[in-house]
Amino acid sequence: MSEFAIFTRELVKEFQTDKHVVRAVDQLSLQVAPGETYGLIGPDGAGKTTTTRVVLGLLNRSAGESSILGFDSMRDMYKIRERVGYIAQQFALPPTLTVMENMSFFAGIQGVSPNAQKERIPELLAFAGLTNFTGRLAGKLSGGMKKKLALACCLVHEPAVVMLDEPTLGVDPVSRREFWNLLGNLQVEKGLTIFVCTPYMDEAERCTQIGLIYAGRLIANGTPASVKASLPGHLLEVIPSNFVPARKLATHLDGVLEVQSYGDKLHLFVDDVAVRKPQIEAALTGAGIRYEGFRDIEVSMEEAFISLVRKQTLYVENLKSGS
Amino acid sequence: MLRRIWALVQKESIQLLRMPIVYVGLTLGPVLELILFAAAIHTDIKHIPMVVADQSLNAASQSYLIGFTNSDSFDIVARVADQAGVVHAIDSGHAEIGIVIPVDFASQVAQKDATVLMVVDGSNSFVTQSAFSSAQAISQEYAISLTHLQLSALNPHMQILYNPDLKDVWFLIPGMCAFLLFGIALKLTAFSIVREREAGTIEALLVTPIRPLELMIAKMIPNLGIAFLDLAFTFFIGSVMFGVPFRGSLLVFSVLALLFAIGSLGLGLAISSVSQTQVQANQLASLVNIAVMFVSGFLFPAYSLPFVLRLLGYVMPMTFFMTITNGIMIKGVGLSDLWAASLSLTGLTVVIFFIGARLFRQNLD
Amino acid sequence: MELNFRRLGILIRKETIQLLRDRRFITLFLGLAFVQLFIYGYSASKTVYHMPLAVVDQSRDEKSKAFVQALVNSQYFDTAVYLDSQAEVVRAIDRGQVKAGVVIPPNFAANAEKGSADFLIVLDGSDQFAVGSAYSAVNLVAQNFGLQLTAANLALSGANTAPSAANPLLPITASAQVLYNPDLNDKWFVIPGIIGMILQTLAIEQAAILLVRDRELGTLEQILVSPVRQLELILSKLIPLLVLCLLTLVVSVGFGIFWFGVPFQGSLFLYFWLSLLFITSCLGLGLLISTGVKTQYEANASSMFFMLFGLLLSGLFYPRIGMPLIPQLIGDLVPLTYFLRISRGIYTKGIGLNFLWSDALILVIYMLIVVVVASKRFKMRLD
Repeated sequence: MSEFAIFTRELVKEFQTDKHVVRAVDQLSLQVAPGETYGLIGPDGAGKTTTTRVVLGLLNRSAGESSILGFDSMRDMYKIRERVGYIAQQFALPPTLTVMENMSFFAGIQGVSPNAQKERIPELLAFAGLTNFTGRLAGKLSGGMKKKLALACCLVHEPAVVMLDEPTLGVDPVSRREFWNLLGNLQVEKGLTIFVCTPYMDEAERCTQIGLIYAGRLIANGTPASVKASLPGHLLEVIPSNFVPARKLATHLDGVLEVQSYGDKLHLFVDDVAVRKPQIEAALTGAGIRYEGFRDIEVSMEEAFISLVRKQTLYVENLKSGS
Repeated sequence: MLRRIWALVQKESIQLLRMPIVYVGLTLGPVLELILFAAAIHTDIKHIPMVVADQSLNAASQSYLIGFTNSDSFDIVARVADQAGVVHAIDSGHAEIGIVIPVDFASQVAQKDATVLMVVDGSNSFVTQSAFSSAQAISQEYAISLTHLQLSALNPHMQILYNPDLKDVWFLIPGMCAFLLFGIALKLTAFSIVREREAGTIEALLVTPIRPLELMIAKMIPNLGIAFLDLAFTFFIGSVMFGVPFRGSLLVFSVLALLFAIGSLGLGLAISSVSQTQVQANQLASLVNIAVMFVSGFLFPAYSLPFVLRLLGYVMPMTFFMTITNGIMIKGVGLSDLWAASLSLTGLTVVIFFIGARLFRQNLD
Repeated sequence: MELNFRRLGILIRKETIQLLRDRRFITLFLGLAFVQLFIYGYSASKTVYHMPLAVVDQSRDEKSKAFVQALVNSQYFDTAVYLDSQAEVVRAIDRGQVKAGVVIPPNFAANAEKGSADFLIVLDGSDQFAVGSAYSAVNLVAQNFGLQLTAANLALSGANTAPSAANPLLPITASAQVLYNPDLNDKWFVIPGIIGMILQTLAIEQAAILLVRDRELGTLEQILVSPVRQLELILSKLIPLLVLCLLTLVVSVGFGIFWFGVPFQGSLFLYFWLSLLFITSCLGLGLLISTGVKTQYEANASSMFFMLFGLLLSGLFYPRIGMPLIPQLIGDLVPLTYFLRISRGIYTKGIGLNFLWSDALILVIYMLIVVVVASKRFKMRLD
C-alpha cells in the first residue's frame, strides 16, 4: 500500500439530504504510482471533486480506505497536508491579498524557509507568467491567471503529490497548454505525482493512467490506450446529408455495434471494417441519402467515454428491471 | 409587469422559505423574546437591598426602622456597625442604600433635632433617585407621626389614565411590537440584495427584462408577509398571555402599520444597496436599529433627550409609529388625535421609500 | 493542541492585511462604537424633567398659584397649557399634548388653612416614564408644600420654631450622603455600562461572522489543505479582532472621561486586564456561535439575539433585582452581566479586585467553558 502515491479501496462517501441519502462516491478503488499522472475523467456531478476532497481529508469518509503517500486520509490529516499541493475547483485564494502576498502566505504556512522562498517564489512566478503582476490583488486577476497563481501557490513547498480539481476549466487554450507544459516539466524534474480531475477528454490523453467516473463509480480504469482498446469494434465516420433518417437506418444495420452523433457527423462502431463499410454505403445510397467523408478514424477518449457510460446506464437499468 | 413581479415574488418566497433560520429565528425568536422581556422588565423599584447601622439599638431607633422593614420598597439585607460598614456594603455591591442612626438618637429626637444619615449608591443613578425619595418619604412620615401638630396636609388624588393598575407589560408591548416590526423588516431586506450580490446571482437577474422597481417590490412583498406574521404573533401573545388591550381601531392601525413596514423595508433596501458585503449590511442595519431604539422613545423618554438627538428622533418613522401604537392600543384614541403623527409617518415613509428606490436603482449596476 | 508560532504569525499577518483592506469594515466597526457611545450616552436617562403639564386652577388664589409654581420649581414639570376642566385635561393627554394635568378645585386656600386641601393629578398611564417620575415627584412636592403651609400657619399663630434645623417642624431630618456620584449624574451610571455593551456586541458579532465567512465564501478550502492547525486558524482570526476591541475600549474610555466628563475613579490597570478577560469571553462566545451556523447571515442573526438579551437582561438599563427566575438565569449566561459590575465598580465606584474577584472568576470560567466547547466543535474539514 505504501508504494502507491494515492490509494483508495472501496471508497464510499454519502451525503445526507433532507429526505434521502445520496451516494456521491460508490465503492471507488484506484491506485496511483509515484511519478504518474492520473486523470479522473467524468462529467459534472460524477463525483470527481468529492473523491478528491475525501482523499485529501477535507470531507469525512463514509466507508472504505483512502490514503496519500501511505498516510490515511482521516487519521493522518496533517501529514498529508504537509506533503500535498491542491488546487480547488473554484478560486479559493484570499482575494484581497496580492499575488506576492498570496505566494509568501502559502509558502509561510507550509514552512518554506525564507531563503528557499527567495529562490522559489520568483521562479514559480516566472513559470506562471505572473512576474509583472506581483502587486495585483488576487481577486482582480483574469480567470487564467487565477488558476496559474493557484498552481504556483500549491507548488511552492515542493510537494510530492499535487491534486488538481478541474484546473483548466474556463481557461483559454493557449494558457491551458502552458499550464500542462509547466506541470509536465515539473514532473520530469522532480518526479511529481499528479492527480487531476477534468471533464476535458483531450487532457485525459496526456495522463499515464485514467479512471472514468460516472455516478460515483469507476466505469473504466487503466492507460488511455487500454481504455480505448476496451471498446468493441472499429470506428467509422460519415457525414450524411440527411442526418436523422441516416442515423435511424444505421442503427438497424447488421454489424453496427453502436452509433454516436458528433455534431453533423455519425460515428459508427463496426465489427469488421472491410465487410461493413461497403454494406453501409449501399444501405445509405439505397435509402437515397447522400454522404461524404466516409473513413476510418481512431477512437478518441470522448467516444470511449460515451460508449462506456451508455453501457453502464443500460446495465443499471437492467438491474432495476430485473431482466 | 405584474407577471414579472409575481414570478419574482414566487422565487423570493421559495428562497426565503428554504432557510429554516427564517422560520425559527424570525417568528419564534421575537415571540420568545417578547415573553421573556415582558416578564422580566419592571419599572417599579422594589426590594432595594438596604443595610442598617443602628448605633442606638433602643426603642426609639427601632420604631424608626419599622417603617423601613415594613416597606416593600426595601429589603434590609444586613446590619452593620457603623458608617464605614455601610460604605463597605455599598462598595461590595451588597446594598444600594444604607441608614446610619447615631448613638444618641433618642435624646436627639427628644430635643426635636435628630439627624439620620442615608448613604446612597450614586453609581446606580437609575435606582438611587427613587430609593432616596422613598427613604426620605418613609422617614418624613415617621417624623410627622411623632409630632402632634395640626398639619396642613395636601392630599393628592391620582387619576391614572388608560393603565390604572400600572401594569408593566402594557408599557412594554406596544413599543416592542413597533420595534420588532422595524427590526425585522430592516434586517430581512438589508440582507436580501447583498446576499445575491455576494453570491453573484444578481447578474442572472439583471439580464432579464426586470425593471428595478419591480425587483424592489418583489423583494419587499415576501418580507412584508413575514414581518406582519410576526406582528400578528406579538399581538396574540400580548393580548392572550398578558392581557394587553387593543382599544382603538384595528383598521387604522393595520394601515399605518403597513405604511411603517414599507418605510422600514425601504430603509432596509437602501442599506443593502450601499453595502458590498453581508457583513457591512449587517453592521449598517445594526447601527440604524440601535440609533432608532434609543431616540424614538422606546427605551428612554423622548422628551428628555438633548436637542440634537431629538431632531434625529423626528426623522425616524419609528418615533411616530410608537406614538401611534401606544395611542391606538393603550389610549384607544383615533385618527383625530393621531393625525399629526400619522401625517409625519406617511411623509417620512414616502421620502425614505424614494431615497431607497433611488439608491437601489443606482447601485444595481 | 498544536501551535506553531511562525505559522500563527503568518496567518495573523494575512488576516490583518485582509481586515485593513476592507476599509468599510474598519470605519463601520469604529463608527458603530462611536455612534452607540453617543446615542446611549446622551439618551439613557430615567429621570424625567420638564414634563409638559396641563393646569386647571379653579381657585385662582395665592395658594393655588404658589402650589403650581412649586410643581414647576421642582424641575419635573413645565406648564404647557391652562385649561378649564378635567375633561379637557383628559383630551389633552389623549392628544399627547401633555403628559400630566393638575386640577385644583375651588377654595383651595381656604381648605388649606382649615388643614386639608385636595387636588387631582391626572397622569398619562401609557407612558411609563411619565407615570414613574410624576408619581413620586408630585407626592414629594405636595408633602413639602404641606409642611411649608403648616410652618406658615404656625408662624402666623406665633409658635416657636427652631431656626437651625433644615425642617423646623419635624424632629427627624434625613441627610443624604451620595457615594461616588454626588450629583447623581445619570451619565456616570450609564457610560461604564455602555462601554461594556459596545464591547460585547462588537466582539460576539464580529467573531462569529469572521469565522464563518471563509467557510461560506469557499476560501477555507485552500487553507485547510495546508498544515495549519485548528488553534492557529482560530487564533489568527481572533487576535486581530482582539486588538480592534482593545482599541475601541481605549477610545471609549477616553471619550467617557474627556467628552462626557465621567471621571475614572479606580485603577486603569485593573480595568484594562479585566476588560481583556471580558473581551476574550465574548470572542469565545462568538467562536462558539460560528461553529453552529453555516452562513454569515445566520451568524449575524444569532449574535443579534445575544445583543438584545445583553441590552435588556444584563442589568444595563433595567434592574435585575426582582426579575423572575427564567430571565434571571438567561441573564446569568450573558458575560455583560458580570462585566457590568466590574466596569461600574472600577470606573464609577473605584473599588478593587477584593470586591470583584467573584465576577472576574466567573468570567474566567465562562471563557474556558466556551472556548473548550467551541474548539471541540470547530472542524478542520469541510463538513
